Amino acid sequence: MALLEVRGVSKTFGSLKALGGVDVTVQPNTFHGLIGPNGSGKSTLLKAIAGAHFADGGTISFDGMDVTTMLPADRSRRGLSLKFQITAVLLELSVYDNILLAFQAHQPVWGLLRSLSRRNLHPEVMAALARFQLADRADDLAGELSHGQQQWLEIAMALTQKPKLLLLDEPTGGMSPEERRATGDLLVPIKQHCAMIIVEHDLDFIKDICDRLTVLDNGQVLDDGTVAEIEASTKVQEVYTTRV
Amino acid sequence: MAASGTKKPRRVMLILEILILIGLLVVPLVTSDFHTIIATRMLLLAMLAISFDLCWGYSGIMTFGQALFFGVAGYVAALLANKAGYVQIWGIVPICMLVGLVSSFLIGWFLLLGKRTPTIIFVALGTLTASYAAERLVAGWQWVGAGNGMSVWDFMKVGSYELEPGPVFYYVILGFLIVAYIASRWMVRSQLGLVLAGMRQNEERLAFFGYRVQRFKALVFSFSGMIAGLSGGLYAFHEGFIGPGSMGIGLSTYAVLYGLFGGVGTLLGPILGVGAIETIAFILSDIDALKPYWPVILGVIMLIVVAYRPTGIMGLIVTDRERIGSFGYRGGGEPDAGGKDAKEDTDGTA
Repeated sequence: MALLEVRGVSKTFGSLKALGGVDVTVQPNTFHGLIGPNGSGKSTLLKAIAGAHFADGGTISFDGMDVTTMLPADRSRRGLSLKFQITAVLLELSVYDNILLAFQAHQPVWGLLRSLSRRNLHPEVMAALARFQLADRADDLAGELSHGQQQWLEIAMALTQKPKLLLLDEPTGGMSPEERRATGDLLVPIKQHCAMIIVEHDLDFIKDICDRLTVLDNGQVLDDGTVAEIEASTKVQEVYTTRV
Repeated sequence: MAASGTKKPRRVMLILEILILIGLLVVPLVTSDFHTIIATRMLLLAMLAISFDLCWGYSGIMTFGQALFFGVAGYVAALLANKAGYVQIWGIVPICMLVGLVSSFLIGWFLLLGKRTPTIIFVALGTLTASYAAERLVAGWQWVGAGNGMSVWDFMKVGSYELEPGPVFYYVILGFLIVAYIASRWMVRSQLGLVLAGMRQNEERLAFFGYRVQRFKALVFSFSGMIAGLSGGLYAFHEGFIGPGSMGIGLSTYAVLYGLFGGVGTLLGPILGVGAIETIAFILSDIDALKPYWPVILGVIMLIVVAYRPTGIMGLIVTDRERIGSFGYRGGGEPDAGGKDAKEDTDGTA
């Protein structure tokens, strides 16, 4: 059974039709890339899946349940996790507290008030930081990290939720080539545990780590297939050679 | 560096807390009864200001309605004294807290827990409207004294001991202020406080973690209403009077100004704000040449502070880092569990 099924999803902002009946299917434990020119609807689709925007039409089924009108918090509790395009780490909190905040998200209020899990979560927080090479920066404010490190921190935060599907909006945006390579190395092992949809402009990066690609253009699916199929697609070549 | 998420912040806040506590403890010993009564009123207003700080400084709820919960509890206290003849502190205090809690929960339920996420402006106008409507309601309601308000003739009692305004009353109120402060501090420094700190910075981010942000807001709003209710009930007995002005937008706005002047998000700032504003007002109103102008002068001073020092008085004293604090495990032990060695373990399950 597919993990995510997007069927005929549309979204309009005023007179702008951002999505015009998009279909996307994501299987468990696969990395699915969303590519397309600027303004093609990639981020809008990702936000519709995460619940940041509600789709005007169509349906979104996740893990066998219709989540089309579900609030983001409820989608998150069902296993959807999002990393925003613009880094959304909490700049005034320490790196450690950012991760702790993500870890404790589904705990009851009374437990939070009594700080019952603070001690037990400590090793997990440190392990998550170490995994993303941030353990030495745990006490620093998130705002003091480099842009690339903030991106890693946000991915680490998204992973604390143990998601079934991780949505990454431009995870390597603003990174150096070395940081992009390191990010790819950090993401690949995650496939054992969850699926991922990645919106990314760096085609080399996305070809290296994704199993399937969906190409969007003007809010519609231009093509869909394996990386090899998309590379061979004349429709896609035309868009990328004439407009990107 | 041994990373543990618990970098020791400067201890300015703690030192300040101790100094203020010592200062408050000695007030009745070094001043007249008249000034002690004035100081008691400040302590009561400090509780109201703390209730505002919990909303705006910690949870991002801009409320112009804290006086509503203060006033409703004050009227209930007055009615209990005047109509039922009940003045025992053991009953008055929990009843007034409950009244504040329930009334703020109802307002919070209406304003915060709807299908759509409310904007700051919506909540600000909603609380403002509720406060104004309540003020108009009691101002026209004869049973509660209408525009004249209600006098409370009896003193509050502890057993058979009557609590007259003065040093003993002062220490009782100081005790309640300390309890309210410690309870609030415990909350904002707990893991729940971390949620509030995150909410204040980026609500949307927290919603995508699975936090039901509006429920957390409603919770803090209700708790703040409970503190406002406590102060309102005690205020009615201390002043021997409660009127429509005690639940209207005037006092609600003062609660906002106390917080902004002293520095929100600190709990201590609102206490300093009350002390500073009320002291300046007291001094200015006592100078004959300034009597007609003191509200204007006070307004200008507050405007300058709020406009040019958004972090208030506390912003001059403590750093943002100390103000926000850290929430990590403080037990020491093995801060580097999963440290550098764990970098090799990239199985992806954080």
